[in-house]
Amino acid sequence: MKLPIYLDYSATTPVDERVAEKMCRCLTLDGTFGNPASRSHPFGWEAEKLVDEARAQVAGLVNADPREIVFTSGATESDNLAIKGAAHFYRKRGKHIVTVKTEHKAVLDTCRQLEREGFEVTYLDVEPNGLLDPEKFRGALREETVLASVMHVNNEIGVIQDIAALGEICREKKVVFHVDAAQSAGKVEIDLQALPVDLMSFSAHKIYGPKGIGALYVRRKPRVRLEAQMHGGGHERGMRSGTLATHQIVGMGEAFRIAGEEMAAENARILALRNRLWDGIRDMEEVYVNGDLEQRIAGNLNVSFNFVEGESLMMALKDMAVSSGSACTSASLEPSYVLRALGREDELAHSSIRFTLGRYTTEEEVDYVVAKLREQVQRLRDLSPLWDMYKAGIDLKSVQWAAH
Amino acid sequence: MAYSDKVIDHYENPRNVGQLDEKARNVGTGMVGAPACGDVMRLQIEVSEEGIIEDAKFKTYGCGSAIASSSLLTEWVKGKTLEEARQIKNTDIAEELALPPVKVHCSVLAEDAIKAAIEDYASKQEG
Repeated sequence: MKLPIYLDYSATTPVDERVAEKMCRCLTLDGTFGNPASRSHPFGWEAEKLVDEARAQVAGLVNADPREIVFTSGATESDNLAIKGAAHFYRKRGKHIVTVKTEHKAVLDTCRQLEREGFEVTYLDVEPNGLLDPEKFRGALREETVLASVMHVNNEIGVIQDIAALGEICREKKVVFHVDAAQSAGKVEIDLQALPVDLMSFSAHKIYGPKGIGALYVRRKPRVRLEAQMHGGGHERGMRSGTLATHQIVGMGEAFRIAGEEMAAENARILALRNRLWDGIRDMEEVYVNGDLEQRIAGNLNVSFNFVEGESLMMALKDMAVSSGSACTSASLEPSYVLRALGREDELAHSSIRFTLGRYTTEEEVDYVVAKLREQVQRLRDLSPLWDMYKAGIDLKSVQWAAH
Repeated sequence: MAYSDKVIDHYENPRNVGQLDEKARNVGTGMVGAPACGDVMRLQIEVSEEGIIEDAKFKTYGCGSAIASSSLLTEWVKGKTLEEARQIKNTDIAEELALPPVKVHCSVLAEDAIKAAIEDYASKQEG
């Protein structure tokens, strides 16, 4: 077993070797290095052919038409293009947008920008399990609502929103529906022929493809219109100009192809590992799972170890790569806004660790993590005055703390 | 973020972890911070008749830098008079542990903790 152990697959993934190999063939003089937009020679034609294949592979994973796929630099750009592009195009219809407090910053910050431009945005609360109540969602949609944006799978807690139900409501109310699927593609079945979703953002590097490439699905029937955010040579049907990065696109295509073929078996394997991890620690005292454990992707386990501060625990877990919702791990000194949106007390948010398992996680690694966790949580609790107080039966909420 | 060797040393081998009898007349207890803010320090000192700190113990809920700051402080105050201990500045702790700017508040908390412990001891002597 190699240390450190990588358990941060929701942050990024290593590129699958099969993907890397295909990408390398699109770079050098003896490879397909041409500009896919060059119409006058075989270098361009060959590159275009590879891009077309990749576009079909990306569309194939989510059962879309290849003409509905717009390549971008990643899910952040896709979110920007979808939200700003739709809001700007449909602004005459109304200036109200609905989204959720637990969205990724790429969505939240884009909405903030639109607020500065005069749009009004409603940020919906989620239930304590992290899921959005469709009826509350329905209640937030108004006559002048033009766009709703809800993520499919949450990056911190891994919960899966019911986008089919939310999409139906949007159809009924004639609201454009955008879904950030950066964390769900390749992990959850997505069928865009069946799902009432108008715009969907994808990322390659979350599913063993390269960083720096993503895509936006833009529905053709019924047609959804966007105002371009990047102007230039009119690539990607005028929605996103810029020379297509053949090697990146080929890598994304191959990653999506592999995901489509291996998803079912991979999910079963990863779920067994995650259950092994949870079963290894769940009998410890004061350990809480954040977010719904059933409506959740296989690879995510977000746990709070009460009375232990997250960053100090991460320090103890130095031979494994995990992430924490603790304020100390962020520049802002604020604990995770996602966990706070679940109504978790700040102390539990400070005590959270996110484990995300993936393609290369092994049983041996999980067992090592379980043993390390049990030992180090106990060590840090022995160091914690809060643990002493808890053990002495003192209700921490009854103590007058001096906030600082 | 990379930690200094001294922070790692105190974090991995914290000195003077434990608890003194809070009710004893010669023990002063300082508890500072808040769970909601992500750090709580409990620092205790045992003071001799002559006003010398003979023993010090701590427990800390917080990040590695908070644990290291309080551990270091217990080492420093032992053998000092109350007056000398009162002179310890957070900047001394931050410097010794090479804390980055975002972690300076951990050293501030440690300074608050020793001040609170001395205060508590002093109030017991009056009573």
